[in-house]
Amino acid sequence: MSEWSRALSAPAAPEAEVAQTISGNRGLQIEEPLLFEQDSPGHCGVDLPEPAPFRSRLGGLERKGPIGLPGLSEPQIVRHFTRLSQKNYAIDSGLYPLGSCTMKHNPRLNEKLARLPGFADLHPLQPEASVQGALELIDTLAHWLKTLTGMPAIALSPAAGAHGELCGIMTIRTALEARGDRRLRILVPESAHGTNPATAAACGYEIEAIPANSRGRVDLAALKAALGGDVAALMLTNPNTCGLFEDEILEIAAAVHAAGAFFYCDGANFNAIVGRVRPSELGIDALHLNLHKTFSTPHGGGGPGSGPVALAAELAPHAPLPWLAHGAEGFALVEHAQGPAGRSIGRLKGFHGQMGMFVRAVAYMMSHGADGLKQVAEDAVLNANYLRVRLEDALSLSFPGICMHEVLFDDRFLKDTGVTTLDFAKALIDEGFHPMTMYFPLVVHGALLIEPTETESKASLDQFVSVLRGLAERARVGDVAAFHAAPRLTPRRRLDETAAARKPVLRWRPAPARQEAAE
Amino acid sequence: MRYLPLTDADRTAMLAAIGAPSIDALFADVPAAARHRGLLDLPLAMGELDVERRLGAMAAKNVSAGSVPFFLGGGAYRHHIPAAVDHLIQRGEFLTSYTPYQPELAQGTLQYLFEFQTQIALLTAMEVANASLYDGATACAEAVAMAGRVTRRNKAVLSGGLHPHYREVCETYAQFAGEELRAEDAAPGGGENLAALVDGETSCVVVQNPDFYGEIRDYSELAQICHRAGALLVVIVTEILSLGAIRPPGEMGADIVAAEGQSFGNALSFGGPYVGLFASREKFVRQMPGRLVGETLDADGKRGWVLTLSTREQHIRREKATSNICTNSGLCALAFTIHLALLGEAGLTRLARLNHATAVATAERLSGIPGVRLVTHSFFNEFTLRLPRAAAPVVDALAKRGVLGGIPVSRFYPGREELADLLLVAATETVTPEDIDRFALALREVLR
Repeated sequence: MSEWSRALSAPAAPEAEVAQTISGNRGLQIEEPLLFEQDSPGHCGVDLPEPAPFRSRLGGLERKGPIGLPGLSEPQIVRHFTRLSQKNYAIDSGLYPLGSCTMKHNPRLNEKLARLPGFADLHPLQPEASVQGALELIDTLAHWLKTLTGMPAIALSPAAGAHGELCGIMTIRTALEARGDRRLRILVPESAHGTNPATAAACGYEIEAIPANSRGRVDLAALKAALGGDVAALMLTNPNTCGLFEDEILEIAAAVHAAGAFFYCDGANFNAIVGRVRPSELGIDALHLNLHKTFSTPHGGGGPGSGPVALAAELAPHAPLPWLAHGAEGFALVEHAQGPAGRSIGRLKGFHGQMGMFVRAVAYMMSHGADGLKQVAEDAVLNANYLRVRLEDALSLSFPGICMHEVLFDDRFLKDTGVTTLDFAKALIDEGFHPMTMYFPLVVHGALLIEPTETESKASLDQFVSVLRGLAERARVGDVAAFHAAPRLTPRRRLDETAAARKPVLRWRPAPARQEAAE
Repeated sequence: MRYLPLTDADRTAMLAAIGAPSIDALFADVPAAARHRGLLDLPLAMGELDVERRLGAMAAKNVSAGSVPFFLGGGAYRHHIPAAVDHLIQRGEFLTSYTPYQPELAQGTLQYLFEFQTQIALLTAMEVANASLYDGATACAEAVAMAGRVTRRNKAVLSGGLHPHYREVCETYAQFAGEELRAEDAAPGGGENLAALVDGETSCVVVQNPDFYGEIRDYSELAQICHRAGALLVVIVTEILSLGAIRPPGEMGADIVAAEGQSFGNALSFGGPYVGLFASREKFVRQMPGRLVGETLDADGKRGWVLTLSTREQHIRREKATSNICTNSGLCALAFTIHLALLGEAGLTRLARLNHATAVATAERLSGIPGVRLVTHSFFNEFTLRLPRAAAPVVDALAKRGVLGGIPVSRFYPGREELADLLLVAATETVTPEDIDRFALALREVLR
């Protein structure tokens, strides 16, 4: 054995010694202060000409005194944000199995096309004759989404999933009131995303939770008992947040419709069925799609998203503005609640919707085609089921049987180990993986919801399985301290969220000494 | 398919491991009638080159703003975006990460959001700001809702100078949330008496500065009147760059500021995605919508950042949340932060001055054309002209001459005769003296 390989196999130095660098940096992990702590007053990363003398027309309302923004040059800025980026995990770095979040690969072609000047450098209020290609792109997106959902209409302006929910429920309430039917309640299963009840409340409804049955699906008897003449809608996620298809969905839809209510579906998990199952055939009246999930527009650290809503014929006249029309001179925008759009709920956001996301989604759908999209659903479901069978003897599977695109475990396998779901997730971080969704859905204890997506290879899944099995074994044999100490290898270890909330510090302020000196 | 790593051999092996006879067996829970084994009526998969050709052809049918003299604003502004901005936001660690729910794996996102919040607070002269909302218009609707929660009142007064899309979004939200809105009539040049509309039931007065027509006003007195009546003053800013030149809303007594942040770092992109900015007084922070990043310490005592005050949010509070918002505009906020960081204090104030100078030059030049009158008294980089005839056909005629010459106010208010002659014109640092010459020449011709 050479000296070199002996060194490699030698035990690691104790943690504390590694941490003691002069700089506080740890190899590729470089400490980076805030922008505001790197101020060179007067400095600038952009060269701009000084305008020729002119007569100000600010009406005596000029800003007086400094704003307090720091001055830095371009190299300092580039280094700052590069270093920050290196403190992030991303789908580009590895498996990101957040359940119900659909963290799939983001193709770079889509980024390139969204930046074409013909899309990116286009003002939303240019004359329509100058934006026909943009309107054609929107029309193309609408066609694909209507075909994939089987629904007759699609509202494209909502900015994200929760905004789509708002659109759907507003549309439903308007349709009911058009019938002279003022209803008061919306039914939401216990396993729903928090946005569902929050949306229903924002639209003026009371929320009634519907329990899950022992199979992780909506309890049909409880649903039927809750339905009545004052129920406006059921908001159901399908596949649901337990990763299961609601196999009684036709009965659910029939019961909802028999009560005169509408059936809203949260389409956050559409990835499991895209190209294979059309929501229109499940009795759904309104369904939002997250383009930033199923259609791979990047999550960008929490947005921007896009949440188009597919609508049944009875809801379509109430769709938000603007509408896209096919006029004699090409495409036209209907921007006012007049004529055919007279029954619209109105406008939900500024301008026409998340165009940058539309371009990416169309590029994604065209790249896959009808065949590729069907394969997306199949591979997503296959990957999740593969994880299920490889893990069900090591972790505790919440509901037996096949799952859809995500698989739900709970914390029974950690019982009496002293390790919690949180500890288990944090240990996964040290192993180089982003944790799964924790403690959601609320219908099981200590939930661990894993969604691998179709863009993981079998090798990647196998590695993930071996790590999860290894960690479960470690928990079982009682290596509790290691779990409690995790993560140890990240730029920051566990952060004190309680302290952050108790005394919120939400912005940088100059140090008191500096402030006094300035006064 | 280039984005799918599984091979057919993998699929066969995995089905065997699962014990499923076929992929169809995994869809057994779907009612048989709804299971499609065939393909939907859509085109088949395409290679990169083909997709690029198809979308490239659509893009080529549009007249991009940079290809002509361009003078549109109205809540979306064309600014030069430094090259470093797009380079940095395309780093995969930013672009392809999720909401920072695991702070140890997202210190990069959390730190820039903390910097973003600080920038917004400084620009608006407010105490705290959130980590972004969808856009300015929805931020405005959220501000009205928040004012209702803070004051426990439900009547809001909207200025006629508010961007019509913002007013319309407020109206949509309000009809479902049970808020009463009193919207003043749209008209340039002021004349509205908002103070007279404030009473003991008013939750807030919403004004925009500079307003939709470009007019800059001092709202300090209105703030005092609101506060005496127990109401809040909400100030909307659609051109955030203006705060590099004019007095910020916080100095005028604003309680909530909602703004559009597109001007920094974000392309026009036909209207989205943009970034909603939201700031308020610190004492109202628990009524704020959206995510907040806060400073804390880690287990080793080192400074770090986390999402905080989450008990306001839907994933914890469900139907009692302050808003239903989840996904916001993270990456657009990053673009904003980088652009503003590059500018810094010196660059921001100079860029603002440059915009103002360009707009003044444009306004002076155009208002010298016979029959054209400048109706905005004080403005930043956007103003309103009254033309001797309806503005919409003039704008179309200008477009035929290769000039995108502003927005006819009638696009927002069809059928309002008294507004039909008004033209909204913006001029940013991207406008050259030659652009102004060409606009003036074309307008003179069209009006002849």
